[in-house]
Amino acid sequence: MSLASLSVNTLKPRLKEIKLSFYLLNRNKLTKLSLVIVVLLLLIAVFAPLIVPYPGHVRGETHPQDKLLAPSGTYFFGTDELGRDIFSRVLFGTRISVETAVVAVVIALLIGVPLGAIAGTMGGFLDELIMRITDVFLSFPPLLLAIAIAAFLGPSLQNAMLAIAISWWPWYTRLVRGQAVSIRERQFVKAARAIGTSPRKIIFNHVVPNCIAPVIVQASMDLGGVILTISSLSFLGLGAQAPIPEWGLMVSTSRQYFLDAWWYSIFPGLAIFITVLVFNLLGDGLREILDPKTRKL
Amino acid sequence: MDAYFAVNDLKVGYKTFEGEKSVLDIGDFYIGKGETYGIVGESGSGKTVLALTIMRLLAAPPGIIHSGRITIDGEDLLSKSESEMRKVRGKRISMIFQDPMSTLNPVFTVGEQLRRVIRQSRGCSHKAAEKLTLEMADIVRLPDAANTLGKYPHELSGGQRQRIIIAVALSCGGEFLIADEPTRNLDVTIQAGILKLVAQLQRDLKMTVLFIANNLGLVSAMCSRVGILQRGRIVESGTVREILRTPRHPYTTLLLNAIPNGKGEAQDFGRLPPTTATETANAGCQFASRCPRRIPRCVSERPEARMVEGEHRVACHRAFEEGWAK
Repeated sequence: MSLASLSVNTLKPRLKEIKLSFYLLNRNKLTKLSLVIVVLLLLIAVFAPLIVPYPGHVRGETHPQDKLLAPSGTYFFGTDELGRDIFSRVLFGTRISVETAVVAVVIALLIGVPLGAIAGTMGGFLDELIMRITDVFLSFPPLLLAIAIAAFLGPSLQNAMLAIAISWWPWYTRLVRGQAVSIRERQFVKAARAIGTSPRKIIFNHVVPNCIAPVIVQASMDLGGVILTISSLSFLGLGAQAPIPEWGLMVSTSRQYFLDAWWYSIFPGLAIFITVLVFNLLGDGLREILDPKTRKL
Repeated sequence: MDAYFAVNDLKVGYKTFEGEKSVLDIGDFYIGKGETYGIVGESGSGKTVLALTIMRLLAAPPGIIHSGRITIDGEDLLSKSESEMRKVRGKRISMIFQDPMSTLNPVFTVGEQLRRVIRQSRGCSHKAAEKLTLEMADIVRLPDAANTLGKYPHELSGGQRQRIIIAVALSCGGEFLIADEPTRNLDVTIQAGILKLVAQLQRDLKMTVLFIANNLGLVSAMCSRVGILQRGRIVESGTVREILRTPRHPYTTLLLNAIPNGKGEAQDFGRLPPTTATETANAGCQFASRCPRRIPRCVSERPEARMVEGEHRVACHRAFEEGWAK
């Protein structure tokens, strides 16, 4: 028995888990497809500035002579009222939507998960306090709350992101708290206490890792919902401001030209539709994989 | 022998909506340094509550510790604050839990859990901890250690898990070990191995052990002295020899007769009274309702523990009648 063999063997189970996950992912066609599209979307988001055909059209450049041209070989998705290439703007919009949604969900997770774990594990007064505060947030419909906060902070993409994070974290708190309450009664938590583990370590080493699976599922599904909410806020004029190529904003502007230029609203709308759909499908697939009961081997 | 660990006049109750129920009412017992003391009783007699009370892990509410002293090396555990207790748990008292199936965290490999405990208690580097982890696995005779340590709890057998749990308890370096039915749920061959292991570790590491079991046979093989727990009270205590040869309490006799003797005539244990029976109303002996030798006095007056001889103590009104000793 050498040290090297131990390190190898602590790595092996993780590799096995990853292999199993890929195997399960491959079993479900729809999940596989959604994963492929999500990866594609992420790649587009990362490399958007490099791959858009007309980078200038993404920033505020205007070409009035080319306005509202139908889709063609030069402009795949046509042009808008200022003669900008809609294809370039939709591609770049991926970056904006994905980036904003990921940041908003991560902020919500960073607030929600620790609070839920603390409330569920510690119980008592702290639990009551945290859960009553989340109840206050949950008593508003999330979109309405986000609209109110965004309107209060002033219309901008950053503020919309912040508004979404603020209206989303209580859902994670409630989810994690429910899990934590059942996990804190498990024997291994008692055993950890019996060897003098501090409450902080119990929460973050024992409770959180055991309730993270449903959080991952919820977060991946929420990514779709958050992208939709960002678009909604932008549509209402509370999110991204022109000339940012945000999908919701593009759909909003296109309404005036809807009868003459169908392509102007269809393509950004399609982008929203596909993105939200694949994130939901991926979340569904992840739930199946992460829950041994629904795993179909 | 000097008392290293002692319990004096411990009273623990559970608050229920029907009123308070007494679950532990222990007069006195002590354990000498390096000694193995056994607590035996049937299920529901308060064995685990006793272990959790010593660790101060009893859920409160509903548990309430009314009075008493639990001392370890002269220090009273019951008067310590939660943060002081955290320094006692693991560092001075270790505990082996009874259920190896649920005592390990399912999301980490057992090796990682063991390594974490070692790092936490010894404060050593990652590399040194890995080495100690292998050493610990070796001490508890974990077969194929390097491979087994890389597995998750659900991939291991009960015996392997129990070995890991013992390794975790030992890694903390406590000098006092509470073994709460460490062989429950294990089959007989593994049981023998685990018991041997605990006994040997106790000798090698000079640990003081409180061994809890529901089987008088196990305890007599492991311990020097035994206390018989019945409904939260120690009804008889003494050296293993005294208890086995000359049991004075009818409950002890029943426990002894309950061990199958191979002739197929283990004595009927007597029907348990319904669990809803309010024990608070009973002023007399807790065992009276099931006792074959009950007299009217047993129902009205609670017997106090009296000395028989040497270490042997018994709480029964009729223990000293002629011809009762077995």
